Amino acid sequence: MLNPDSLGRTFHGAESVSVTQSEIQGFASVIGETDFSVAPPTFSIRITLEQSQSLLSDPSVGLDWSRVVHGDQKFEIFRPIVAGDQLRCSSTIENYKVAAGNEIVTVRSDLHSGEELVVSTWSTLVVRA
Amino acid sequence: MIEVGTVIPERIFWINRELLKRYADASGDQNPIHQNETFAKSVGLPDVIAHGMLTMALVGKFVSDWAGGASAVKEISGRFTKPVIVGAGADVDLTVSGIVSEVNKSTVRLDLTATSAGVKVLGISKALVARS
Repeated sequence: MLNPDSLGRTFHGAESVSVTQSEIQGFASVIGETDFSVAPPTFSIRITLEQSQSLLSDPSVGLDWSRVVHGDQKFEIFRPIVAGDQLRCSSTIENYKVAAGNEIVTVRSDLHSGEELVVSTWSTLVVRA
Repeated sequence: MIEVGTVIPERIFWINRELLKRYADASGDQNPIHQNETFAKSVGLPDVIAHGMLTMALVGKFVSDWAGGASAVKEISGRFTKPVIVGAGADVDLTVSGIVSEVNKSTVRLDLTATSAGVKVLGISKALVARS
């Protein structure tokens, strides 16, 4: 079960992640996008999935990632990600409830380039009972 | 003329096992339920299922093309209601359509629908795009 103290806590990634042209091209190609000048709208999941999981895997959080199913996903894109961006991830447990024995956790992950907020994402995770 | 109720023509994307492997590599999501049939069945799934985020990425492509490019997409969201089931050797459809739900001075809001084999796979899917 989630530790109640985790609710509202923000976990900051220690290091920034560099975005390369080949990563953007690889992601774009899969969906048939031929414009590689900016990242596709959902590209940031490549960064936030791993980063948020790593940030929220601390045993003190109490989130069992082995039983997590992805429920909802939302992206707010303030500007497109481009090659050369150095993005730092911070993740916050914004909401938590228990329904039918399942834990439902909403994790917000923000990607910053320096002081600039580039993308905010919300992932609703269902931890199956 | 874009107005509330304007329909974005339906489009079909095809998904197969090879695309799942490519998406796994491109996204970093190597969960075996998206690649390994034996594993998928061992955890109670009918077969290999597509990454929910692949379906949303394809909906993102649908929205990008309508809006005049990925740079125009300001928000995109959805709920993974049912899995896209991808059998060995099969090409399964992801059928995407949309309708304009709100027109603002500089943005347009869209309601999106995505089905596979006639089943809704993405619920309450919405996007906000810049007006071109």
